[in-house]
Amino acid sequence: MYLTESESEQAFRAEARDWLRANVPLGLPSGDTADGFALHLDWEKKLYDARWAVVSWPQAYGGRGASVWEWLAFEEEYYAAGGPQRVTQNGIFLLAPTLFGFGTQEQQDTLLPRMASAQDLWCQGWSEPGAGSDLAALTSRADKVDGGWRINGQKTWTTRGAFCTHLFGLFRTDSASERHHGLTYLLVALDTPGVTVRGFARLDGDEGFAEVFFEDAFVPDSAVLGGVGTGWNVAMATAGSERGLTLRSPGRYTATVERLRTVSGIDEDRLAQAWMDAEAYRLFTLQQVSNEQAGRGRAGESSLNKLFWSELDIRLHELALDALGADAELESPWSKGFQFALAGPIYAGTNEVQRNIVAERLLGLPRK
Amino acid sequence: MYFGLPDEAVALREGLREVLATACTPATIRGAWDGDVCESLWKELGSFGVAGILVPEDRGGLGLDELSFVAACEQAGYAGVPGPFVETLVSLPELDLPLDGSARVAIKRDGATPYAGTATHVFATRTWSLIHPPHVDALETVDRSRQLGFVTGPSTELRTPQRQGLVERRGALGTAAFLLGLARRQVDLTVAYTRQRTQFGVPIGSFQAVKHALVDAVVGTQFAWPAVLQAAAHDPRDVHASIRSSAAKAMASDAAYQVSRVCLQAHGAIGYTVEYDLHLFAKRTWALANDWGTAEQHRAVVARHLRSEG
Repeated sequence: MYLTESESEQAFRAEARDWLRANVPLGLPSGDTADGFALHLDWEKKLYDARWAVVSWPQAYGGRGASVWEWLAFEEEYYAAGGPQRVTQNGIFLLAPTLFGFGTQEQQDTLLPRMASAQDLWCQGWSEPGAGSDLAALTSRADKVDGGWRINGQKTWTTRGAFCTHLFGLFRTDSASERHHGLTYLLVALDTPGVTVRGFARLDGDEGFAEVFFEDAFVPDSAVLGGVGTGWNVAMATAGSERGLTLRSPGRYTATVERLRTVSGIDEDRLAQAWMDAEAYRLFTLQQVSNEQAGRGRAGESSLNKLFWSELDIRLHELALDALGADAELESPWSKGFQFALAGPIYAGTNEVQRNIVAERLLGLPRK
Repeated sequence: MYFGLPDEAVALREGLREVLATACTPATIRGAWDGDVCESLWKELGSFGVAGILVPEDRGGLGLDELSFVAACEQAGYAGVPGPFVETLVSLPELDLPLDGSARVAIKRDGATPYAGTATHVFATRTWSLIHPPHVDALETVDRSRQLGFVTGPSTELRTPQRQGLVERRGALGTAAFLLGLARRQVDLTVAYTRQRTQFGVPIGSFQAVKHALVDAVVGTQFAWPAVLQAAAHDPRDVHASIRSSAAKAMASDAAYQVSRVCLQAHGAIGYTVEYDLHLFAKRTWALANDWGTAEQHRAVVARHLRSEG
């Protein structure tokens, strides 16, 4: 076994490391503010020009056709070099896998290159005021009209919605339907007449959230991803990516532990636990990928994954704040990171929902 | 790249699962509580070859690697094999003893020796000598199959190379795997029970209070297993090998202990009886969580490593 990279994997890692160390911008402001977002876009374009934006995609769409192992290595090197958050993540990590799985050739050819080059910036339109954990309770609807669909309703808690250009989301296209039936996955340009976006501040003070209003907004038939009425299944594919490793690769946490090691006054016993936990997450991911490639993926595995990284992220930041003592209340990368980590158990399906999924699908406990 | 058990280890585990399904039932463990040394179980283990997993083929062993070793220990933990399973497997490569299950080896350090009351031989690793036959001054233990005791008796110094570090590392690693097997068994018992036990008109396993506590405990074991795998995959000559096995033991100790707490709680009063089987696995978990080094002690090994690395 097993943990030995092949020569080509080593070469890939080395090339990524060299480029990232020479080019990663350090000290960028938060990408969840208008000014910060613009600076992050410059970085995303630089990544794209050097073909590092979407390494796992085919070359034709701006990628390198990298294997999942190479992608994991890239992620490790990205965060080890101090690379910033990816403001394009909801497009490249969440929508893109769904487009590869369900999109028409035309949708792929049109949308993927613009997404990779950060010309189109995607946000996710799942939650509504009355539909959070209970996503199937959503009421935003799209009614069939000549040549397309007319959308009415509201989405909310849309991450970076105020800075994005497009939204992917679920809409009720069969007015007689209930729950997860009769939903359709639609791709909507936010400059469409009838769409209004209002940004608002998250817990950490950044304008990272938005609510999106639809009033008779028209989208063409080509805006449907997957089939009409099959939106739930298409969306669940995205949710799997979000909970699992594409959104939160292990490199983030191993890099955070390395930064923790430079903080003075840190509790050594807890630091050892943090190091072991980040390693365990890395190893669990390698095992998960190995199992999936061997056709032995397990139900509920991406939920296990999400439970672990979201709780781990909070523990890592708590450890830093405890070491900082009274200074922990000052604005700093650690206090900022702590507030962001607190969102982990909430977004991408609350951890309570994930625990239900693991209990029912992996352990076999009864739903009722 | 591939990270997981190799086919050879999976085959061994599946074979052992079948052997233990009949050779080691809860009745077997209860027999051990009453003082049975379980000779027939050990004969089965011997004829399956498991005693010699780590013994080279030219000495009649299976000559397998540590991945097969941890796979076997996990499965033995699931069955709750009574007696010095891990201790025998890590000792036999160092000793010239039969591999047919007739030798059950306990390991003596300072203080009382676990499984002294069921062992045919006692390996004093500090002095690298073998005590046979052991005279045992027995102690009462919470898990009565553990049979701790103070050992004296005729002692022979061994001439083999002194590999205390290897025995310690393998013992901690095998115990980590054994603990995760014990945890998996307790979770299986708990899932089965909470599916059929009805209160307030529904199975108690449908309550989120039960589900969420159980899942949180299971998360710990699910993330400890890859740490065990990596420690087992590590090149034994690597200076970091003992760091990896310490990490594995620390994680497995904490995770398995937490599982034992939650599983007992989920059962309610039935779990708090000696008629029901859960306690057989829970009590072994409590003992093994601290045997071969506590979680805290092993974390201290990792912490020392992180400090020295700068």
